[in-house]
Amino acid sequence: MKARIFSVVGGMFLLTVCSKGSQSNVQAAPPSSSTNESAPAPATAPASAVSTAGGTITGKIKFTGTAPRNPVIDMSEEAACKAKYKAPPTEENVVAGPANTLANVFVYVKSGVPAGQNFPAPTTAVTLDQNGCRYHPHVLGIMVGQPLEIVNSDPVLHNIKAIAKANRPFNVSQPGAGMKTTRTFSAPEVMVNLECNVHGWMHAYAGVRPDPFFSVSKEDGSFTISGLPPGTYTIEAWHEKFGTQTATVTIAGTESKTANFTFAAH
Amino acid sequence: MISAVLAMTMLLTQDTTTGKTVYVKWCAGCHGDNGAGDGAGARHMIPPPRDFTVGLYQIRSTPSGQLPTDGDLLRSIDEGLPGTAMPGWKSRLSDRQRRDVLAYIKTFSTFFADTTQRPQAIKFGSPPSGGSGADALRVGRQFYDSIGCRKCHGDLGRGDGPSAPTLKDDAGHPMFAANLHENWRFNGGGTVEDIYHRLRTGLDGTPMPSFSDLIENKFLTEEQLWRVAQYVRSLSPADAPVVRDVVHAPLTKTLPHAPDDSAWTPVDVYWFPLVGQIVHKDRWFAPAVTGVWVKALHTADSIALRVVWDDRSQSPDSTWLGHIARVLNALQNDDSTLKPVLLPDELTVQFPVSIPSGMERPYFLMGSPSAPVYQWRWVSTSRDTAVAGLARGIDRFDPIPTAFVRTQAVYDHGQWRVVFTRALASPDTTSQLPFRTGRAIPVAFFASDGSNGEHGTRMAISTWYFLALDEPVPARVFISPVLAMVLTLGLGMLVVWRAQQKTSYRRQQ
Repeated sequence: MKARIFSVVGGMFLLTVCSKGSQSNVQAAPPSSSTNESAPAPATAPASAVSTAGGTITGKIKFTGTAPRNPVIDMSEEAACKAKYKAPPTEENVVAGPANTLANVFVYVKSGVPAGQNFPAPTTAVTLDQNGCRYHPHVLGIMVGQPLEIVNSDPVLHNIKAIAKANRPFNVSQPGAGMKTTRTFSAPEVMVNLECNVHGWMHAYAGVRPDPFFSVSKEDGSFTISGLPPGTYTIEAWHEKFGTQTATVTIAGTESKTANFTFAAH
Repeated sequence: MISAVLAMTMLLTQDTTTGKTVYVKWCAGCHGDNGAGDGAGARHMIPPPRDFTVGLYQIRSTPSGQLPTDGDLLRSIDEGLPGTAMPGWKSRLSDRQRRDVLAYIKTFSTFFADTTQRPQAIKFGSPPSGGSGADALRVGRQFYDSIGCRKCHGDLGRGDGPSAPTLKDDAGHPMFAANLHENWRFNGGGTVEDIYHRLRTGLDGTPMPSFSDLIENKFLTEEQLWRVAQYVRSLSPADAPVVRDVVHAPLTKTLPHAPDDSAWTPVDVYWFPLVGQIVHKDRWFAPAVTGVWVKALHTADSIALRVVWDDRSQSPDSTWLGHIARVLNALQNDDSTLKPVLLPDELTVQFPVSIPSGMERPYFLMGSPSAPVYQWRWVSTSRDTAVAGLARGIDRFDPIPTAFVRTQAVYDHGQWRVVFTRALASPDTTSQLPFRTGRAIPVAFFASDGSNGEHGTRMAISTWYFLALDEPVPARVFISPVLAMVLTLGLGMLVVWRAQQKTSYRRQQ
């Protein structure tokens, strides 16, 4: 009897224990190493689907004045990329050869190709390689509908963003070495800018053309556009820092004409 | 049946003429008459209003590079874009008006007229279960690292990764990597599903790429990408913080001076949102600091205030100079002569000079010449002390000589944590607020992120809130109820005992 009384009254002394749930922080697990080092793919020249028949335009690109210095890239955040260089890597805004020759100039037939003429896009892909946290090649030409194969040769994250107006843009990620992504462009555009936002210094430029009459100048400044049918053409040379220049060339038959361009470094 | 068909046709027909009327009235102010994102309001906004002429949209259900579906666009119109100036229009415009304006917006870009561009929504599926469990979060964290989220969003997700200072959109406007601890500010929504959709589609026009290719490339599975989304969601609180007006400072024996002292852990935290200072020139429309988290404690003779805020940079930091230049350029500030310079981070705590007896308080924005306010000004270049002084308006601050407030500061992965400590009493009661228990003391906060170009009037501000130093509870508050209960118990037992005595007495009889 007495025990019952005590138990009833004891209920009044119920204690409520309030405990605050402490949030546990999830600690970083080491990243899975699913990246395989693969041999850097060589930078390929744009594949041309044109036969050797027809006229050819060759020339040399030069510039006057002093080329601006390419900024040195601070790659300390990306040891894997930094290790691929002996000397500190620089950006490739102006790549000059001996005697002021200029590389990475996109030269193309801006007008003069008869309208209505269709040029089938090559099935061979143009390769854009990300190697040492730089793009190879830095400037490329590609036809509408031709596959652009984007390869990552670095064991680090790259995103590849295409900034375009006539084409739909894209922005895809490649967090590991050996990854490949293929994209095509649907409209002519000079130039489509390609960039990596993880590495703000990485820029590449793609000239997208409806015909195969384009070329990118080599370090000796030389370029060749071949297979041109007879006609009068406006040739434009584009450089990322020095702007554009045009020339008019008339082709009659299978001859070879010369068109040299000289930019002014300011 | 007929009504259903009617409803269908209503939904399908979109009238661009009436759409234009809606657009001109409600949208053109920011997005511009020609949809180029260049309306009058545009120069005050980061991120800027969408330029409809390029046909590029961040919030989509479609793969990177594809146009959004009508449903995607309607969602942005209906719900708005959190963290930006774009409000939701669902309650303001009718269904018909929103559909019409959607149709009109699409006329600004030729891509929508191109029949080869058929947006196809990704089949996202639904999140795998167990998303908040430790195992799921561990997998999420593992892939957060391996797919490189930390490069921009940082190791702890506060948008402070090594690439963060260089980010810009396609038009060159400055961009912040999202602070993943503030999911209520995610443009496309803060649920696990929203986050997963952004991982799959990317945010076109921004540095945020699509991670869909990684599934095709077998770098990870859909489930593992869901885990990343669940991990990211876990960084933010379960619910968006709500403002509670009064910071309670409990009484304690000794004050923790270090921001990371474990004595702070059980103390209640209060969140206060900050907004841009747009009252005085030059105005600031794009503050980087979005809010402060405040804790307070006091002893019999001192008070400690712990202020925590997310800031992507420990300023001054020269790696952010490019970002500062982009911010100043994008805002076309009142003062157009601004040059990008290195600036420190700043945090100011403001009180009245004395505790007001009535409802009236000094002007919240740094007082006025006739009614100054008492402030503690902390600057990241002098971390161990804050300068105390009187502000007499936004452009006049008179430091009180020798009146320093002791501070301890920690900068850690995109976050400042600063503890201010001062004696409750002050030698000079006319200008340095004496703190008292049991009174509502007005308090306000101001923050500047130097690496966002903020200094002086260019800052984030709050309104007045309150600080209350809880009075020591007298011992009788705890003892009286116990005494009363013991007394009741005793009396009750006495009554029962007497009753039992009587019963047994009768039985015996």
